[in-house]
Amino acid sequence: MAFGRTIVIALIVSLAAGAPFASAQALSPFEADHWVTPPNVVDEHITAALAQHGLELANPCSDEVFIRRVYLDVIGTLPEPAEVQQFLEDGRLEKRSELIDRLLARDEFADYWALKWCDVLRVKSEFPINLWPNAVQAYHRWVRDAIANNKPYDQFARELLTSSGSNFRVPPANFYRAAAGHEPSALAAVVALTFMGSRVDTWPEKQRHNLEAFFSRLAFKSTGEWKEEIIYLDPAPRGPLDAVLPDGSSVRIEAGEDPRKVFADWLISAENPWFARAVVNRTWFWLMGRGIIHEPDDIRPDNPPSNPELLAVLERELLRAEFDLRAVYRLILRSRTYQQSSIARRDCPEAETLFAYYPVRRLDAEVLVDALCQVFGGPGESYTSAIPEPFTVIPKDQRTITLADGSITSPFLELFGRPPRDTGLMSERNNQPTRAQRLHLINSSHVQKKIENSPRLRKIVADNRKDRRKLISAIYMHLLSRSPTPEELDIAEEYFKTAGLLQRQAVDDLAWALINTKEFFYRH
Amino acid sequence: MSASVQSGGITRREALRRALAGIGGLAVFGARGLMGQDARATTQATQPRGAKAVIQIWMWGGPSHLDTFDPKPEAGSDYCGPLNKPIETNVPGIRICELLPLLAQHADKYAIIRSMTHGVNSHETAAYLVQTGRKPDRLVYPCVGAVVSLFKGYDRGYQACVPPYIVLTQPQGRFSEAGFLGQRYKPFATGGDPNQPRFAVEGIVAQDISDERQHRRRNLLHKLDTLGLAAPGNPHFQLLDQCEAGAYEMMFGEAGRLFDLAQEPAELRDRYGRNMFGQSCLMARRLVEAGVPYVTINYGGWDTHKRHFETMRRKLPELDAGLATLLVDLDQRGLLAHTIVWWSGEFGRTPRVQWEAPWNGGRGHWGDCFSALVAGGGFQRGKVVGASTATGEEVAERPVYPSDLIGSIYELLGIDPDGPLPNSRGLDVRLLPAPGTDAPSGGRLRELMPP
Repeated sequence: MAFGRTIVIALIVSLAAGAPFASAQALSPFEADHWVTPPNVVDEHITAALAQHGLELANPCSDEVFIRRVYLDVIGTLPEPAEVQQFLEDGRLEKRSELIDRLLARDEFADYWALKWCDVLRVKSEFPINLWPNAVQAYHRWVRDAIANNKPYDQFARELLTSSGSNFRVPPANFYRAAAGHEPSALAAVVALTFMGSRVDTWPEKQRHNLEAFFSRLAFKSTGEWKEEIIYLDPAPRGPLDAVLPDGSSVRIEAGEDPRKVFADWLISAENPWFARAVVNRTWFWLMGRGIIHEPDDIRPDNPPSNPELLAVLERELLRAEFDLRAVYRLILRSRTYQQSSIARRDCPEAETLFAYYPVRRLDAEVLVDALCQVFGGPGESYTSAIPEPFTVIPKDQRTITLADGSITSPFLELFGRPPRDTGLMSERNNQPTRAQRLHLINSSHVQKKIENSPRLRKIVADNRKDRRKLISAIYMHLLSRSPTPEELDIAEEYFKTAGLLQRQAVDDLAWALINTKEFFYRH
Repeated sequence: MSASVQSGGITRREALRRALAGIGGLAVFGARGLMGQDARATTQATQPRGAKAVIQIWMWGGPSHLDTFDPKPEAGSDYCGPLNKPIETNVPGIRICELLPLLAQHADKYAIIRSMTHGVNSHETAAYLVQTGRKPDRLVYPCVGAVVSLFKGYDRGYQACVPPYIVLTQPQGRFSEAGFLGQRYKPFATGGDPNQPRFAVEGIVAQDISDERQHRRRNLLHKLDTLGLAAPGNPHFQLLDQCEAGAYEMMFGEAGRLFDLAQEPAELRDRYGRNMFGQSCLMARRLVEAGVPYVTINYGGWDTHKRHFETMRRKLPELDAGLATLLVDLDQRGLLAHTIVWWSGEFGRTPRVQWEAPWNGGRGHWGDCFSALVAGGGFQRGKVVGASTATGEEVAERPVYPSDLIGSIYELLGIDPDGPLPNSRGLDVRLLPAPGTDAPSGGRLRELMPP
């Protein structure tokens, strides 16, 4: 008996200290008290690495957090309140993995990942890439179609690497055109960065020159059509080309044979150590906020993976699925590692690098402005481009994540760190918050007008005229994809009673406060 | 946290005073006379040498050199059109366009460079070249403002109440000002119109929301920030909280007053010109006075392919009043000695007037030879550097490339133009290409700089 009492006391003491035993009352609305998701092979390697540092995964995230998170991560779009309700009411164990499958099949999946890939591929009309509008539209469409139709990634890469012809008519031929220079060294740098996740300036000079040889017989010529360019194999060289592949093996390429094809076939073969690794690491970076090798486009011998076994698991999954990247998404998204809460069990530096919690990340600039447009409705955004082009007048309902051209922009996108698409480096996308961004959300006429003139907010008010608590709950569900906690409900209700404040103003102020919470601003 | 909190142990007022002390203890803030005339005279004498700030007047579109600071009446009407009577300035031997009479009275306050060249005739490449000193390359380099923000901004203890790099009023677009330095070094674009009764600076001066309601909202936000409260140790959230505190400081602190041009005497505002450019010049002076190291006035409308001379008659008087008053005002306040004023477009304009259709008396782009103006910050006054040929089509003597001019500005600011450009990408790059090796150079402006 005495023994039992000691345990009870220990429990009470540790609860009072706030750790490490989570109790039902101590949970925030962002956490769940038990796992429904079974652990998978990703978790096996993550928990092993965490255990070495005395760490463990965070609590599972709540269903409310999960649906918002997985929508933002997979389709760059907020869930509608009806979708949230339906998901929350679904009591089945498999509902999370079914939702993942539904999202991977949505149109917005192709939109959002075309945006990410067009960042990598530098799809932009203007300086310094200068693809110009016709080519940008064709190229973006091709990338989006490839994603929508689930083109195997090895084929996607091969078409980009080997296409010849007009950049207007053969969209993947723009891959080389979008390099900052047309000389072999510039082309080799782009190829290594894009498909090997590697920066050639970290390579030994000899190896760099070896790579350049594969792009030395590429030629460019203009046509009578303004800004059209033909990419073709230079017929001038008569002799064979003796080249050395990055793995050190020699290869003789006969005259008339396209060296790019020899390189591409080597690159995409299943045994290639760079190709699958670079793309699964990129995918992990996109979904988990940090590469297993980090930066994800700086793979080199002296930058080892934080978890080599995990990286190998993802590579194997991609090969097993015959380069269907969705299989890798599925594996990651179904893991407990992905589905854990963003609230750390304890704050220590390794916790973030070893994925001991879901890392919070500010919404991407495009996703953020789409989210504001989605929740408030009203007139769309206006865009400009430095060059006269026909595509800057964007229909009101077109989402920013669908914009093809990195040159079409708005002050909002610039302010919130949308990548300039100059280099293809992942670090170009800058989601670091700044004072000026904060000012914009807190006090700009842009955001203020969206709130004040919001047809969606007015409809919520009209639908909940009779019951203030229902009104507040509806605003919460609409903006944060969840119901308010009892405390939040009380605070908001109290605010509505402020002397001299009109209900309309109170609604606007509540909406203003909720979009300025970290919960709205961050994937969490 | 309230809006008037301390940062790092010193109050913001104190921080501001320290920042102001950076401009030679000239604690004039807002209105002209927090300090008397005598006090100003004494501080002026003890000011350290060297430039502390830059006001860049960016003549977006490319102004005609022949119709501003390099008139060519002898070249005939095919070159100078109707503007063929240049006027003498108060510096013997220097003539400028007849539409710039006020600037003609103050030629002893600036130097004209008549031999700028880079040879590029497309807006975007030329704009990049003139503001970064580099030819387009695989990397996108930061422009001068971003570099100054790096060397004199937050990383070096900058603490004034507004960001260190400000653009009046719209960002330039077309090129990423911060280049590979990234977001942190981008300019803060004010938006709004300083010539309106209320200069509605985007985010700082809100329309129609009372201060009381702002404070109530903020209080509500803090109570409802449930995720932030659940993860108090999260470093990302801590950073956001700092940004928020800074944002509220800008809204309720000195920044609001700084942007309030009504604090300036009406007569002075009239002299600057009651138009967007004139009032932007006045605003730029106030910003420099408050310790901001880099201000760009993005002054568009100079891409005059058509209706060129009509546009000159309309716009040059605006330029004349704004720029001349700025130079005089800076000088009278003792600020000119420490403030570089840099006037330039991305290129000049075709010296031979395009009388044919469809231009009907317009001028095209001209990168082979154009003019720039520099004043203050240690640049010698009342000088002309270089010369163009009789028609203004080529450089006749002493070519000045963009990197020469930019390097000179850096030197006066105490930034080593030949030194490394620190960056988070780990790139081993210099501030400017090595003169004469990586890029053409005519040498820095030694003839205008202190020995």
